[in-house]
Amino acid sequence: MSHHIVEANDLHYTYPEGTVGLSGVSFRITHGESVAIVGENGAGKSTLLLHLNGFLSAAKGEVRVGGYPLNSKNLDTVRRAVGMVFQNPDDQLFMATVFDDVAFGPLNRGLAGAEVEERVLQALDTVGAAHLKKRPPYKLSQGEKRSVAIATVLAMSPDILVMDEPTSSLDPMSRTRLIKLLKTFRHTKIIATHDLDMAMDLCERTIVLHRGKITADGPTLRLFQDEALLHSSSLEKPLRMQECPKRSEDIHGE
Amino acid sequence: MTSQGFSDVGYIDTIAAGDSPLHRIDPRAKLITTAAFIATVVSFNKYAVLGLVPFFSFPIILILLGRIPAGYILRKLLLILPFAILVGIFNPIFDRAIIYHIGPVGISGGWISFISILLRFVLTVTSALALVALTGFNSVCLALERFKVPSPFIVQLMFLYRYMFVLTEESERMVRARAVRSFSGRTMHFKTFVSLIGHLLLRTLDRAERVYRAMCCRGFNGDIRILRSLRISLKDIVFVIIWVVLFISFRFWDAPLKLGELVMGIFP
Repeated sequence: MSHHIVEANDLHYTYPEGTVGLSGVSFRITHGESVAIVGENGAGKSTLLLHLNGFLSAAKGEVRVGGYPLNSKNLDTVRRAVGMVFQNPDDQLFMATVFDDVAFGPLNRGLAGAEVEERVLQALDTVGAAHLKKRPPYKLSQGEKRSVAIATVLAMSPDILVMDEPTSSLDPMSRTRLIKLLKTFRHTKIIATHDLDMAMDLCERTIVLHRGKITADGPTLRLFQDEALLHSSSLEKPLRMQECPKRSEDIHGE
Repeated sequence: MTSQGFSDVGYIDTIAAGDSPLHRIDPRAKLITTAAFIATVVSFNKYAVLGLVPFFSFPIILILLGRIPAGYILRKLLLILPFAILVGIFNPIFDRAIIYHIGPVGISGGWISFISILLRFVLTVTSALALVALTGFNSVCLALERFKVPSPFIVQLMFLYRYMFVLTEESERMVRARAVRSFSGRTMHFKTFVSLIGHLLLRTLDRAERVYRAMCCRGFNGDIRILRSLRISLKDIVFVIIWVVLFISFRFWDAPLKLGELVMGIFP
């Protein structure tokens, strides 16, 4: 089966305390696509991502990965196909050393020692973190943690990469480096983010979420030029599409 | 700073990353030797004092040959000392029978056993710290795993070690956030403290859930697997045998007494 297609059909989810997470979300993401999921805080981005990996199951509607509905029977298969990079790398890096952490997934897959080692070194090499392999994760910088978190997922060679705010709390250089790295990946990518400039760099398609609903789904550039849409979804144009203020008075509105 | 004690714990990894003949001994050999050491030290009767003295050779040799900063071990020792004192402090009160006389001064059994407790405490804690400093916490866990210690226990230890630092940072941030908003009162009220601890617990639960998700994403099914080959060599076996033989002879052959007799024999 081809794992690369992700489909959501009319997803509804309400949190136990009554907050509406998703109300009727549908989309289809095909092989090799790179899709940004944008929306204000609490729009339902993270809730949606947790559905793609079976951590939350929709009250109504279904998620299909590679053409098969996601259910408890094929949960393991789906989790193999979908690599998830969480927002906080400290949650993702739980082993004692970087090497052990990246090896965790492949070892759980039951791969042999030599292959695990090869995969770990390759994944670390890809993200430029090979020199960190013996370090304990708590001693890494935020940018290094992020790279290693991505390596932990790459080592399992997933077909689909799902990322929650990959550029948050990175300094400008680390951010640029990360974007360059993600550009080289051939996976299907689903990236939830507030960083619309990164979305422009990486994703040809964008899905805008607002209060648990999709308010737009289309080419990134076109959506980001639609000021009315952005405004109604509590978003702003990416910085590079905003006109530079010529004088400081323009900023202060005098 | 409150973090001092903890960031200091991280320093033990820095020591463990060093290189010395002792660093290169297999973690399992060091673990067995230390366990044998602790078992022997603890097995003495409660009034043993002089019999314990030769045992100091073990931690001292580890510290010297392993080039462990002795000051660091000493500081950690002082940190835990109050607990040992608490355990033994009532002995002199309850056990007043005089069993030794030094000149005109009688020393009660309580004081002897108190000193014995302190000696054992210093011996066992120092050697356990030296073990971790020479091996690294993770390798100790790995050695435990190879000895078939149940995996939930090892997983707990590893997670404790990994998230201790995260938890410290988090609580530090909260304490700081409280401090900047409480101008006059430097001390924390009990109510504030309770809510602080409560929040910390809730955050920890949230984090636990997120970590668990991240683990499931990578195929976690109850076992933590670590890829590391350990090879036991002749020098490791020799290391264990020499020390265990020494411990046993220290235990059953009263070295200070024999030494005393020997000296007395030479200078009658």
